[in-house]
Amino acid sequence: MAGAGFSGVPFPKAARQALADTQLRRNLGHATATIRRKRADVVGELPDWEALREAGRAIKQRVLRHLDSYLEELEESVRRAGGLVHWARDAAECNQIVTEIAHAHGATEVVKVKSLTTDETGLNEALAAAGVSAIETDLAELIVQLGDDRPSHILVPAIHKNRAEIRELFRRTLDVDTGGLSDQPAELAGAARRHLRRKFLSAKVAVSGVNFAIADTGAVCVVESEGNGRMCLTLPEVLVSVMGIEKLLPTWQDLEVFLQLLPRSSTGERMNPYTSFWAGVRDGDGPREFHLVLLDNGRTKVLADQIGRQTLHCIRCSACLNICPVYERTGGHAYGSVYPGPIGAILTPQLVGVERAGSLPYASSLCGACYEVCPVKINIPEVLVHLRARVVAEHRAERRLPRPEELSMETLAWIFADRRRYELAQRLARLGQRPWARSGRIRRLPAALGGWTEGRDAPALPAQTFREWWRERERDRAREREKQREGEQVRQRISHGDSHGNDSSRHDSGGKEPE
Amino acid sequence: MIAREEVLARIREALDDVPDGERPEDVLVERAYRQHDDASASERVARFAERVADYKAAVQWVSPEELPAALMRALHARGVERLVVPPDLPAAWRPDGTELLVDGELANDVLDAADGVLTGCALGIAETGTIVLDGGARQGRRAITLLPDYHLCVVEAAQIVGSVPEAVAALDGAARERRPITFVSGPSATSDIELSRVEGVHGPRTLEVVIVGEAEASH
Amino acid sequence: MRAALFVTCFNDTVFPATGKAVVRLLERLGHEVDFPVEQTCCGQLHFNTGYQHETVPLLRRFVRVFGDYEAVVAPSGSCAAMVRDYYPRVAELAADEPLAAAVAALVPRVHELSEFLVGVLGVIDVGAYYPHRVTYHPTCHSLRLLKVGDAPLRLLRAVRGIDLVELPAAAECCGFGGTFAIKNADTSMAILADKVRNVLDTRAEVCTAGDNSCLAHIGGALSRQRTGVRTVHLAEILASTEDDADPDGAAAAVQVEAEVGEGTG
Repeated sequence: MAGAGFSGVPFPKAARQALADTQLRRNLGHATATIRRKRADVVGELPDWEALREAGRAIKQRVLRHLDSYLEELEESVRRAGGLVHWARDAAECNQIVTEIAHAHGATEVVKVKSLTTDETGLNEALAAAGVSAIETDLAELIVQLGDDRPSHILVPAIHKNRAEIRELFRRTLDVDTGGLSDQPAELAGAARRHLRRKFLSAKVAVSGVNFAIADTGAVCVVESEGNGRMCLTLPEVLVSVMGIEKLLPTWQDLEVFLQLLPRSSTGERMNPYTSFWAGVRDGDGPREFHLVLLDNGRTKVLADQIGRQTLHCIRCSACLNICPVYERTGGHAYGSVYPGPIGAILTPQLVGVERAGSLPYASSLCGACYEVCPVKINIPEVLVHLRARVVAEHRAERRLPRPEELSMETLAWIFADRRRYELAQRLARLGQRPWARSGRIRRLPAALGGWTEGRDAPALPAQTFREWWRERERDRAREREKQREGEQVRQRISHGDSHGNDSSRHDSGGKEPE
Repeated sequence: MIAREEVLARIREALDDVPDGERPEDVLVERAYRQHDDASASERVARFAERVADYKAAVQWVSPEELPAALMRALHARGVERLVVPPDLPAAWRPDGTELLVDGELANDVLDAADGVLTGCALGIAETGTIVLDGGARQGRRAITLLPDYHLCVVEAAQIVGSVPEAVAALDGAARERRPITFVSGPSATSDIELSRVEGVHGPRTLEVVIVGEAEASH
Repeated sequence: MRAALFVTCFNDTVFPATGKAVVRLLERLGHEVDFPVEQTCCGQLHFNTGYQHETVPLLRRFVRVFGDYEAVVAPSGSCAAMVRDYYPRVAELAADEPLAAAVAALVPRVHELSEFLVGVLGVIDVGAYYPHRVTYHPTCHSLRLLKVGDAPLRLLRAVRGIDLVELPAAAECCGFGGTFAIKNADTSMAILADKVRNVLDTRAEVCTAGDNSCLAHIGGALSRQRTGVRTVHLAEILASTEDDADPDGAAAAVQVEAEVGEGTG
């Protein structure tokens, strides 16, 4: 995915297309169901999971509230360990820094470990434009790159491709002999291994992302499964790691929380195969030169929004994607950005501007399942609703003419503000539905409401509202009470009258038994 | 350094709701999670062995006397002829009949062409079946446990801690010394093709663990 | 106990049978029900769609109308959650401290029906009779915001004659999501398809829940597809007895009125 934020295609439109892709639906449905089960199992093993989540949230909150001093501390620690630190205000600046490092070492190729952050900045395209090819080394990223495609899931980016497609792709593009290659996943992985090993052994420069950077020791951490990370972090002479400024942890000890939260939340494992930690450079072991690039690119805008700020807790585990009923069916491409799913719906609009990605905060039924599984307790529904308010405010600020939706909402609010207006509106609606209500159900709603009846009947408005029924009941009861009271009075007068003489005839008309 | 100053300025402006006097420690972090494992030593070792085996790594638990023979048997079964070892590998662990490539800046090609590598480790984590390498005693530099396709690793029972928090605490010294650290939990794996887990992509595709400990080793 | 019924604008207008059922049920249990007629809408629609300022006057109204009651009962998980979980935030937005205080005092007294019955009145067996095969869908607000837990199921299990069958993948969203069902109708329908499939797999005759919004959505598809399965609000099941078994069930189902000269319709 080329950087530059959001594709510009409104989510409902992109989703409609994606929903019709039966292979995506099948693969993604299976993948997310599998990971959900695995996650539930390993999380269920830990009796202190909720305590870990709370600690994760609090540590991230501490980092964000003091981000400037922690970044300064990190910079100092990395320098002391022999690394170089660069600051990038935006994507272009980040790409320029990395390109210059590649050029400085005469590299025409760099090997890359999967990094969403570099996808965000469009690094590969920028490097290509400067004559440097960036070789993706994660198997799925390799598949996506060779196929000139875009990733559809944070963790399993090639999930939309099946094995037959991958075999075809490898036969067309890999540098190694692929004669007789079957579509068995083990063989496909073997072909990729042979192809990439040459690259690992010859590359001079590697580029990676960062899962965690530790402010007090200057250690940088990369969490992975395949071993391509270790290859890139260890073998080349020069390593460049690009990091969003929020990816900090204050101390080495804090890893004890996150090393439990991340693997269990992302791949549903007790621990992922490989996690690497290094600080700066180490004589005789690994790269001779290490560069850390600290990237803003809109994160300070997210930081400035007190409710949106929690979005920066994210450790990119993808648990929210895997549990989201929307993401599971539409896949990642529909979100038009490198960050899909629930986290994408809140992060992208804050990074690129709510006016540019205004459909994303509405791409949710607000079911709240994401919040339940988020290891760092980002209240995604809260941020979604908050961003919807920002979208509305943005529209109002820009346009002189209100949108139809705005007019309807204002009218409704006006109606709800007064009981008589509300009751009149109820009666009018009941009258007005006549052309559409047949046999107690409505088959097609007019205009903007038509989306409902595309696949559902709508209930017709009943002949009597609840409050009309209540009022009637109250009237009837009042009449009852009145009659009883009168009847009681009559009885009393009768019994009174009997004892004093026969006066009953005078009260005949009103003295009948109550009906 | 314009970028640096600008980014820091943006951050400070974004955080104008944070009171001036607030220090990072003032943000309360409740650490109510488990920080110690209560299991006995033998329970820990058993759990470690079980969890390593879950990752499809071969595991065995031997006594110190049995160790050299166990290592030789493993290497022989695997057909290892050229074995990479760190320079400080104990003499008792060195197998006979195998060409030893003692690391002292062996070239990557040599490492790649070797049949396997034999090392110790810094510690093991029972909860997660993890082996930790920190470049310290008997481990060598990172490349030697990365390029060969087979890694035979000796874990002393006493090196096994129960939980991740205990491991992180035990590594504090290595972290302060800025040593590179690697957590290894099974052989490399990917689930990128239709989500079927495929063992072994780039790191050693076969990981074999030999736990060596006193008395309890009756398995 | 004297409880105020917060019937909700949606039930008031579209599903009055649910409101009536709550009244019948609580009176049967020996409690008094009041219906403050000045109530209109809690503002959830506006708040969730991004019209937060429009929500403030509706919040003030709610506090005015219900503020004096010892208990406020709503046959709607989503509306109860709006009040309990979001009213404090809206009051904050309004930067009105007295209002915020009034909200804080009122919020603990607002209950969704099943939490009111089980948690406040302490009753599980409400004396109901409902001889149908029923499956229960736990709506997202009830499940995750209010955390009503198994209150609805405990109430349903105590209903005489009921054949209660577990809904597969019950905790998955039905896809309604308020305006989401219209703005993102395609995705809403895709999610609904799986919920409908799971309902049909139970072979239940009735799907119930504590929210008519979700039920209108699920029921709308069940009806459109002519599945022969209907939706009935939890309150109506609990209000049913031998004497008036499901008196408004016909209203919940599709009323097929004979229309003169309809022909092929």
